Amino acid sequence: MKNNIILAGGKIVDPVTGYFGPANVFISDGKIEKVEKRKKDKITGRNVIKLDGKIVCPGFIDMHVHLREPGDEDKETIISGSEAAAAGGFTSIACMPNTRPPLDNAGAIEYVNNRALMAPVKVYPVGALTVGQKGETLTEMMEMSACGAVAFSDDGSGVQNNDLMRRALEYSRTCGTPIISHCEYSDLAASGVMHEGFISSKLGMKGISAVAEELMVMREIMLASLTQARVHIAHVSTAGSVDLIRKAKRAKVPVTAEATPHHFTLTDDLIQSFDTNLKVNPPLRTKKDIDAVIKGLADGAIDCIASDHAPHSIEDKELEFDYAPFGLIGLETTLGMVITRLINKKIISWVEAVERMSTAPARILDIPGGTLNEGEPADITVIDPDLEWTVNPDNFKSLSRNTPFAGWKLKGKAVMTIVDANIVYSTI
Amino acid sequence: MSLKIHHLLGLEGVSAADIRLILDTAVSFKEILARKIPKVPTLRGTTVVNLFYEPSTRTRLSFELAEKRLSADTVNFTTSGSSVAKGESLKDTVWNIEAMKIDIIVIRHSASGAPHYLASCCKSTVINAGDGAHEHPTQGLLDMFTIKEKYGKLEDLKIVIVGDIKHSRVARSNIWGLLTMGAKVAVCGPPTLLPVEMEKFGVKVYDDLDEALRGADIVNVLRLQKERQKGGLLPSLREYSRYYGITRDRLDLLNENFTIMHPGPMNRGVEISSEVAEGPYSVILPQVTNGVAVRMAVLYLLSGGKGKVDEE
Ligand SMILES: [Zn+2]
Repeated sequence: MKNNIILAGGKIVDPVTGYFGPANVFISDGKIEKVEKRKKDKITGRNVIKLDGKIVCPGFIDMHVHLREPGDEDKETIISGSEAAAAGGFTSIACMPNTRPPLDNAGAIEYVNNRALMAPVKVYPVGALTVGQKGETLTEMMEMSACGAVAFSDDGSGVQNNDLMRRALEYSRTCGTPIISHCEYSDLAASGVMHEGFISSKLGMKGISAVAEELMVMREIMLASLTQARVHIAHVSTAGSVDLIRKAKRAKVPVTAEATPHHFTLTDDLIQSFDTNLKVNPPLRTKKDIDAVIKGLADGAIDCIASDHAPHSIEDKELEFDYAPFGLIGLETTLGMVITRLINKKIISWVEAVERMSTAPARILDIPGGTLNEGEPADITVIDPDLEWTVNPDNFKSLSRNTPFAGWKLKGKAVMTIVDANIVYSTI
Repeated sequence: MSLKIHHLLGLEGVSAADIRLILDTAVSFKEILARKIPKVPTLRGTTVVNLFYEPSTRTRLSFELAEKRLSADTVNFTTSGSSVAKGESLKDTVWNIEAMKIDIIVIRHSASGAPHYLASCCKSTVINAGDGAHEHPTQGLLDMFTIKEKYGKLEDLKIVIVGDIKHSRVARSNIWGLLTMGAKVAVCGPPTLLPVEMEKFGVKVYDDLDEALRGADIVNVLRLQKERQKGGLLPSLREYSRYYGITRDRLDLLNENFTIMHPGPMNRGVEISSEVAEGPYSVILPQVTNGVAVRMAVLYLLSGGKGKVDEE
């Protein structure tokens, strides 16, 4: 018997039963043995980890992460990104295929699997949807799926060809995996660098209209309805997209969606500082959009929260706004943002937050986790909800520093991350 | 009196008091420029670098002349394209400049915010000579100076800016400055050349030129880049000049004592007819002369000069 642990004294969150209250979690053989609502007598012993005042949840899953391996290992590797994930309270991550070269064949998927053997968290590769992510030829989805690809996507940009997207959705039914769509028509985005609105007009910068996203969200919904294949809308950023997705769900279209912390906290007017860490795709939108994304997260129109962790080197970001690359990192700030900006502001409950960050992504990707049920792998995140901390990029495990949240004061942080009963991160 | 601002990055947010001080100081410099020896020792010992990442003969010449008339030491650094293309980041350029102990940097750059970035990471005083489609504050100031010279005031005058507002830093700087000084500003152009949510600037927006011109005092005509037609924003230059070109017969719509301005360089026969450009109401040449005086005032005041020009 190895790794027998008892997590005692904390409050557990179980989105499956909706329970949020005191309980002890017994772990043995790498699995959850049982969850016992506490009795009077205190548990003591060698394997007891005392978690008074802490919150114990099924491990968080970030289904939208960019690791830069292979190709840009100076920005992030599979290992460094996994360490950042563990420090941020994630026990599983799904990594996007826009590496160099892209993950567009079974060999590349195997490569990630092998590199991830030493990673502290579970790494699930997302395969490219088209060869070279060029938007021309479908990849060998069945073989990649057999090797462990949990979804397919050309994330980084949208699939421009409508017929190709239709065929991709049809073909994906052979694997049952969702297609993750980065929704943006590039002709409508017109080389924009930020949201098209009053602020882009003021700054004289090229804007990306909300419609550039919404029109493709609408296409994905119509094609998912036509093909009955599953489509997942990545990083929803506009009020219009949230509405479209909400209506599609009512009509039972097989669509799911995610939102990022930056899209529920930051607005385009911040770009007047010209901070290139605010340059992200889809771009930061307006207050109205933020409110809609938050409402979508609260009422379930948006299923889950993902970071869209996109590492870039300091040299790449220290450029004029027009020339800097899109993307910001979020693995180590997402949980703090969710607690500070959503839970503590009473927008969603703890149970709903854990559902959005664990149960929902597990369900969408059809991977283990998301519950504290007996017999499930012991992937667990322990949170100190009262811990106040300041975001300091120098302390990040990530190799990159491109966060717009530096200096933010957050409340709530992962203090222990457990993967298959192994403590992979702990500050306790 | 001295300026509240330490850099001139744009006219958005610059106070009426600062603008007034610059315009009043420019009057003294214009007098100096009319002398037999149009030069003062005011900035002797001050080093200015003209950092031009975008080709611009006019603005660079105007700045250079202003610097020389003030007896500053000047260095020119001209390169086309972005700093990326050149293989050196803007930051490294700044480091080099700092090492050379430069007092004032005049920068023209194709990317919005490049001067703001410079100002945030170096000790020198930064003057924006045009950043992308964002701002061109000295052009805004010289346009206001030219208007004030003729009318003796700015408040309550009605100014219409006509043309490619979307891609125009001149339009933006004019709008902010004129609104601060109490003028009434309208913009007019085909909708494809108007930025979105333009009304939020606090200006009236027209796509019908005749409607826009009715009752206006001043028309500021913007240059139409011929690429706009190739970029699909206009069906043809012919249609543009027919519906948005400032021609003789349209001038009747304007108030008495009206004025025609153009920041140059002009496309005669496209956005403005030769006849209008050369009419007695045109201040296009005085704009060029005033540009030097206004830039002298900006350089002088940002170097710590007070309102009264100190000649010795
Ligand atoms: Zn994406």
